[in-house]
Amino acid sequence: MEIPYTVNARKDTGLYNAKLGIWLFLASEVMLFGALFSAYILLRVGATPGTWPHGLLNVPLGTLNTIVLIVSSVTVVMAWASLKMKQFGKWRMYQGATLVCALIFLVIKSFEYNDKLTHYEVVTKEGDKFHVYDGHLVQEDKDKIVLHPSAHRLYTARAIAYGFGPEPAGAHAAADHGAKEHSDKHELITIQRSTIEHMENYGPKHHAYLAIYFTLTGLHALHVIGGAIVMAFFFGPGAKMWKTNPEQFTNRIEISGLFWHFVDLVWIFLFPVLYLL
Amino acid sequence: MSHSSTPTTGHSTSDGHHDVASEVRRYLIIFGALTVGTIVTVLASYVNFGSSTMNIVVALIIASIKAFLVAGYFMHLISEKKMIYAILVATAFFFAGLMYLTLWSSEPASLIHHQSYVP
Amino acid sequence: MQHSHDTHSHSHDAHHHEEMGFWSKYVFSTDHKVIGIQYGITSLLFLLFGFGLMGLMRWQMAYPGTPIPVFGPILEKLLGSAAAGGVMSADLYNSFGAMHGTIMVFLGVVPLAFAAFGNYVVPLQIGAPDMTFPRLNMASYWLYFLGGIVMLISFFLPGGAAQGGWTSYSPLATIIPTQGQTWWLVGMVLLINSSLLGAVNFLATIIQLRAPGMTWMRLPFFVWAQFVTAFLLLLAFPPLEAAGVMQLMDKVFGCSFFLPTGLMISGKVADVSGGGSPLLWQHLFWFLAHPEVYVLILPGMGIVSEILCNNIRKPIWGYKSLVYSLFAIGFLSFIVWAHHMYMTGMGTAISTFFQTTTLIISIPSVIILTVFFITLWGGSIRFNTQMLFTLAFLVMFGIGGLTGLPLGFNFVDLFLHDSYYVIAHFHYVVAPGTIFALFAGVHYWYPKATGRYMCDFWGRVHFWCSLVFMNIVFFPMFTQGIAGMSRRMYDGGANYSAAANKGLLGALPDSAIYSNVIISIGAWMLMLVQIPFIINFVWSIWKGRKVESDNPWEATTLEWQTPTPPPHGNFAVAPTVHRGPYEYSVPGAASDFIPQNQADTKAKASKS
Repeated sequence: MEIPYTVNARKDTGLYNAKLGIWLFLASEVMLFGALFSAYILLRVGATPGTWPHGLLNVPLGTLNTIVLIVSSVTVVMAWASLKMKQFGKWRMYQGATLVCALIFLVIKSFEYNDKLTHYEVVTKEGDKFHVYDGHLVQEDKDKIVLHPSAHRLYTARAIAYGFGPEPAGAHAAADHGAKEHSDKHELITIQRSTIEHMENYGPKHHAYLAIYFTLTGLHALHVIGGAIVMAFFFGPGAKMWKTNPEQFTNRIEISGLFWHFVDLVWIFLFPVLYLL
Repeated sequence: MSHSSTPTTGHSTSDGHHDVASEVRRYLIIFGALTVGTIVTVLASYVNFGSSTMNIVVALIIASIKAFLVAGYFMHLISEKKMIYAILVATAFFFAGLMYLTLWSSEPASLIHHQSYVP
Repeated sequence: MQHSHDTHSHSHDAHHHEEMGFWSKYVFSTDHKVIGIQYGITSLLFLLFGFGLMGLMRWQMAYPGTPIPVFGPILEKLLGSAAAGGVMSADLYNSFGAMHGTIMVFLGVVPLAFAAFGNYVVPLQIGAPDMTFPRLNMASYWLYFLGGIVMLISFFLPGGAAQGGWTSYSPLATIIPTQGQTWWLVGMVLLINSSLLGAVNFLATIIQLRAPGMTWMRLPFFVWAQFVTAFLLLLAFPPLEAAGVMQLMDKVFGCSFFLPTGLMISGKVADVSGGGSPLLWQHLFWFLAHPEVYVLILPGMGIVSEILCNNIRKPIWGYKSLVYSLFAIGFLSFIVWAHHMYMTGMGTAISTFFQTTTLIISIPSVIILTVFFITLWGGSIRFNTQMLFTLAFLVMFGIGGLTGLPLGFNFVDLFLHDSYYVIAHFHYVVAPGTIFALFAGVHYWYPKATGRYMCDFWGRVHFWCSLVFMNIVFFPMFTQGIAGMSRRMYDGGANYSAAANKGLLGALPDSAIYSNVIISIGAWMLMLVQIPFIINFVWSIWKGRKVESDNPWEATTLEWQTPTPPPHGNFAVAPTVHRGPYEYSVPGAASDFIPQNQADTKAKASKS
């Protein structure tokens, strides 16, 4: 006996095997991202008032990436429709366009990651005075570093403890330490290495927001990469199947498309949650 | 596609070309709607709706509409089989349980997060 | 299916068999039966290993601080200073405890109950040629295997294996200075992905590949149990995967998902950003781990229902009640998880909610057990080995289930939480409960898989000895727990005993301390009496009595209507199902059982 319904639908369920399989898989993916979203909410609700960042991320880039993913979703569904209409050439074009979109998305994302990883919070101690500097690292020498102050910054527990907080309570503490805020001046800051007490970039360790940001977008990016690899396979060597078994090939494109739409769907929620709110 | 919005092609078989062709037009309309939705989300985030909670609600409503369009039309959920609906309804229920019950318990516990950092 | 097509596919299969080498036939096989056996043997070995860890821990509890005889020097050689002088150190005790739980649950019982029996039996029982996605099935096994290897390697890392308990509560698990926890998390992610592939496969198989005529209400109860189990795994495991990824981020990148602001470690402020929530880990962990309890027990119930009907020669009483109860359990099991968290101070309102749902879920569980007991009424019981294990399951699971009720009330749980009472409760559910059902399943389906019986005499010896020693091990734990003995004490409570704290209120009575010795001896004897089973299992593969027919137990379900052992593709002729799963002793029928694929009730049921 051979395994039935690999290509054609079973009568009572109206589904072929892989279609049911991908939906079951997507159901579990909903729970995976759902758990991460619940973590996001719990972290945000539990954060010290005023320390959850607004507008830390680059909204134009995020919007562009959202549009890129939406375009890719359209090309994915058009690719499938082309195969349904037996237009293999058109399918090839749309499938290629999807792959290009995936690549653009990942490139933009890596620029955004790089921006965060070169953004530093530096605590210095000169005499008995503490200063907290915040900005992008533009120059790094043996004895000194140069920061470009950033318009948007995060208030970590450490900075607040040294008196650099978002609240008046922070200003009060600052007076105690005799320190003052430097990050609002838009000129380059040079810091002697010998005075640096602590230096940390805006990586996942820096703040709970960055931790959930990197985890959510990282996991999402892994899904993009995974989906792109599968679709690249169908674009390349996997396309041979069109000649031998066009129906199954169309099914495969539909299945990979469903996965891709789900990845888009996750981003539709990630974008406002991480970039805008 | 076994389903179609236009009654003239409603009789066609599952491989009907016309059926798919009419779907294609619909996909382009939805593409437009999603693009507009994205821009509206961004613009809405600069508008003050009274409280930050209201802004979150507005953003999530727009995101949900966009999600409905993608899931409903690109993923064809609007005309899917009963078995898939059953799976997704169960998933949605447990998803809601996970979110709601977890949050419910977070309130008294959040007190412990407000301790200050001692260097 | 056309007959001509059948012979064609059959000859094609035969041809296929010849060209398969050893590796593709027995190691990287996509055949559900081979994968089922692979899962079975691997998970039995893990069960033995996990039991062995506990055997060593029991020495430390009975005779704290003394060198372990025979195994002590071996441990010292393998693990170095953690077992200096052959004495189990506190760190080693903690890591053995954590790994005992992890291995028994995630590498032992679940793979055996769900993956091994499910893989072998489900496609046969629904009349399918294989699982829906055979290659994913193979990937599932190898991910499981890899996850097991990762867990085993973690014992030899500097600092040893994970020490935070199988629950790995953060911050504790995150700040223990061993890489073992990181490996544990990686291992868990592999195991979760493995069970995800398995769950998708089982659901798709049961939904799509049922033979013609196999309607939902004609499914054997075992298939229903696996169906609900797969659904639990599909939706409950991903939140733990998310939690595992987050704890991995905490461990590797120094994030603070589960580390609160101002966390002090050994008197110093930890170098973390803070702002995390320890409660979040517990929510996400128990969101899996409570449904996991039902993942442990439901396949056992499925096996029991098959063996029960077969040996009572009666249909099951209340098949529909069983199925609906199963669904009620599956549904409710997702909203009871925080009854593990009454002690976290999450609030009284939410505790009350979870207390209510917890008590509601006991109703369908009791219905299932009641159905099994009523089924026994008026039966003419065949007492073979699998039936003995099945009957013991009913009583032992009953004890385990009923002792769980007090734990469901949050005010009683305040006292019993984390005590030996809890250990006794869930071990009664899983050890003499599920594991007895699994032994029954091994005896029942062994002839189908190998063509030979396991020895009944040694099976009985194994059964009676296991039953006695299981109770010697676990029953005293109830009294220990009520006496106030906490579950993770390294010295078996010696430091808290009345002898060490004269006149102190709440010190452990001598009887609780002395029980440790009795329990330990019981545990070692329990280990000894597994030897007959191991020898019986291996010896019978080659030397066991051969089966006389393809249906030696005269059973009705489809797995017995195939050649023995079933060939690749399972059925020589595609079966058509005409009736429900348990048509035993039907009045007016020619035999006392009518196979599901037999159309005519008057015909004598074929035994081959």
